[in-house]
Amino acid sequence: MFEHYLSLIVKAIFIENLALAFFLGMCTFLAVSKKVSTALGLGVAVIVVQTITIPANNLLYTYFLKAGALSWAGYPDVDLSFLGLISYIGVIAAMVQILEMTLDKFFPALYNSLGIFLPLITVNCAILGGSLFMVERDYNFGESVAYGFGSSVGWALAIAILAGITEKMDYSDPPKGLRGLGMTFMTCGLLAIVFMAFAGISL
Amino acid sequence: MSIKKLVVEPIISNNPIALQILGICSALAVTVQLKNVFVMCAAVTMVIAFANLGVSLIRNHVPSSIRIIVQMTIIASLVIIAEQFLKAYVYDQWKTMAVYVGLIITNCIVMGRTEAFGMKNGPVESFFDGIGNGLGYSFILIVVGFFRELFGSGKLLGFTIFDLTKDGGWYQANGLMLLPPSAFFIIGLIIWAIRTKDPSQIEE
Repeated sequence: MFEHYLSLIVKAIFIENLALAFFLGMCTFLAVSKKVSTALGLGVAVIVVQTITIPANNLLYTYFLKAGALSWAGYPDVDLSFLGLISYIGVIAAMVQILEMTLDKFFPALYNSLGIFLPLITVNCAILGGSLFMVERDYNFGESVAYGFGSSVGWALAIAILAGITEKMDYSDPPKGLRGLGMTFMTCGLLAIVFMAFAGISL
Repeated sequence: MSIKKLVVEPIISNNPIALQILGICSALAVTVQLKNVFVMCAAVTMVIAFANLGVSLIRNHVPSSIRIIVQMTIIASLVIIAEQFLKAYVYDQWKTMAVYVGLIITNCIVMGRTEAFGMKNGPVESFFDGIGNGLGYSFILIVVGFFRELFGSGKLLGFTIFDLTKDGGWYQANGLMLLPPSAFFIIGLIIWAIRTKDPSQIEE
């Protein structure tokens, strides 16, 4: 049992890395990857939000949206799965808002260090993508907790690595047109190839 | 601003992907086959145009504190329409792109345009700004999809262009092009090309 969850986490971090294998959360990924410290802050915020929202969306899907899910309320024939997208994004937006208020009240230091990144997470596709993958793969509650944690750690890891490389790259001398964004894309490509090496691992 | 300028400008000189760094996720993920690219581009262009129109129509009635969630609701409803439409008419392609269609909601181009343009301009301009940005997005996706499908499997839209060696032809398929990382390299090169032509975009 424990092994099953562990392999799910490892798989989500390395083999199915949200950023480098599925290209989710790329916009923030490329925009924020200039300094390691900001990248880490964003990474932590994503881990917190993702680990809460995926299980929350899992409950929502299992007890409200799935075909036949409303049988506990006396409506066994109702299939609300077409409302999925709008409910997930609602849950994500609400969670981010709640998290923001909680952190502000109880952990002001963490709140200040996350700053602008917290609200931005609402439109980070890694978060919504994680929820959609959870639905597509039919995870149960326990698995969705593991997947939420693993996938977000993988994303945070990827952005921290990219930020580290970009910081060092300040000392290099690329052609003018490649400076900045072009160079970051190339680096991401190489990183993605590196992460593909993990694909051979079977768990 | 004239409508022609609104439509043409985002295609090269103010491209949402290459310059504004918006909407990159789907640009990378759906470009293995040109066929999927066209479906995706049509869906995204439609969503941006109508989201921009909708947001612009109600912009004077929405308090700014809740504008994000209002925009999100409009966008999510449009994406659900697009998703149901694709599911009904092009089921096979919807199947291969499933998650990425839903992810149009968080495609930052849509949100970015409604926030930066729709909230400040009239409905007609907003609609055409949406079309323009959709086309700019489509331009990059089609270029990437074209190279990936042509060099990766020797085909375009499913028709064989290069005869592959494994079928007795002359072209050795480039497997890298079918893999995700190739999209990064191609977009990187497109950005390089655009910036060489238009040096004002170069970052220092």
